[in-house]
Amino acid sequence: MIEVTNLTKKFGSHLSLDSVSCTFKDGDSIALMGANGAGKTTLIRSILGYYHPDGGEVLINGQNPIKERTNVLKDISFVPQLPPPIKLSIEELMHYISVSADVDKERIKHYANEMKLDINENMNKSFFKLSGGMKQKLLIAISLAKKSSIIIYDEPTANLDPKARDDFYRLLQQNEEQKTLLFVTHRLEEVKELVNRQIYMDMGKIVSDEIF
Amino acid sequence: MKNLYLIAYLDLKESIRAKWFLVYSLVFGGLIALFFIAGVTESQVMGFSGLSRLLLMYIQITIVILPIFILITTVRSISGDRDNHILEYMLSFPISLKHYYWGKIIGRFITVYIPVLFAMVIAIVYGAIKGAAIPWSIFFLYTGLLFSLSSTFLGIAFFISSFVKSSEVALGVAFFIWIFLLAFIDIALISLMLQQRFNEGVILFIALINPMELFRVAAISLFDPELTVMGPVAFYILDLMSQSLFVLVAIGYPLLLGLMFATFGFVIFKKKDLV
Repeated sequence: MIEVTNLTKKFGSHLSLDSVSCTFKDGDSIALMGANGAGKTTLIRSILGYYHPDGGEVLINGQNPIKERTNVLKDISFVPQLPPPIKLSIEELMHYISVSADVDKERIKHYANEMKLDINENMNKSFFKLSGGMKQKLLIAISLAKKSSIIIYDEPTANLDPKARDDFYRLLQQNEEQKTLLFVTHRLEEVKELVNRQIYMDMGKIVSDEIF
Repeated sequence: MKNLYLIAYLDLKESIRAKWFLVYSLVFGGLIALFFIAGVTESQVMGFSGLSRLLLMYIQITIVILPIFILITTVRSISGDRDNHILEYMLSFPISLKHYYWGKIIGRFITVYIPVLFAMVIAIVYGAIKGAAIPWSIFFLYTGLLFSLSSTFLGIAFFISSFVKSSEVALGVAFFIWIFLLAFIDIALISLMLQQRFNEGVILFIALINPMELFRVAAISLFDPELTVMGPVAFYILDLMSQSLFVLVAIGYPLLLGLMFATFGFVIFKKKDLV
């Protein structure tokens, strides 16, 4: 469960989050929406413990993501909007994830295969040399292989073709039981079948929170 | 601890594949090779001959090249990862910030130190094959001096990397620090302080807290324990401490300085927003 209480975050004089409060329970599947600069990414990064809040707090299963970062992150999978230009080879990246997060490499391969990504052929290739779609598929495969109870996706389908999007949503539906799924998206129609709650943010505040 | 080794190991692997590492290794390996080709080991100038002379020349060059190489290649290690969102993804896994930061430092230290050390080992092996007398004490002490000089600049680089907003700024700050320390003795000490009749002890103290200057004097003392080439300044230093104590200080102080900067960097890294 994610509990956000009166969370405020400023960057210089810009107020990015303005006393935001919300709770995401197990089984919640949320579409987090809003215009650019509304505070969606700041909220996600605060949940991941990247930002030190100016006020309020975030608790993940009762734990602070900054003070208890390793415990908290054991239970969170995250896929960013744009795959970063990681210079490690796929083999090395999988090794990093397998050792740090105790993720079985075979599970990553399984989900990569389900996403129609043949990683065996590219194991020694640098991650950043893969195409945008391949990178995104691999990050999705990793997020699913991690067996987390909280999955955060920041525009995960931006680089995916329609077939790959279908594969992604199919895999998510198979894995969504008792998980908290948080999608940052601009296209509600794409995730409508997956979500049971829609939150709209604007100017650093939650302006609407609808449960279907 | 497994995560500390994991980060160090992966950073080492990534660095070894990078083009800068190839250039860096070629520069130091190439320097030694160039000295052999130029016949430095066979020459004799002012009493310095064979491998001692080669190591002396190597010192003069490393004092300029090593700090700037370490600063430029390392200063972007955290700020660069922050810039291009690598940090955002890599830190979404359960790795403690302590393991991530110090693992990066260990990996990067091995990367920058090995080529320099390797170049010296090549010189020793070549010298042994040619039948030259091997100055072991100079070799080991110089290895120690290089170790501590590398740690100073690595610590400074990680310190800069932890607080700057972008990698371009990090590069600018690193370059300024290098040129400041390199030219400090001429610009600040000789030109300004002597002109203003500052106390000699203060000038000398300021000169010797500069790790590059301390390295230079300690390296000279390996070949010239009385520091005769330095003139009257030698009396101040050798009156204060023995040559062996001076070399120990020259190894210990930069090492401590590097650790201190790296620790400050870690505190900032932990306290600041990560991305």
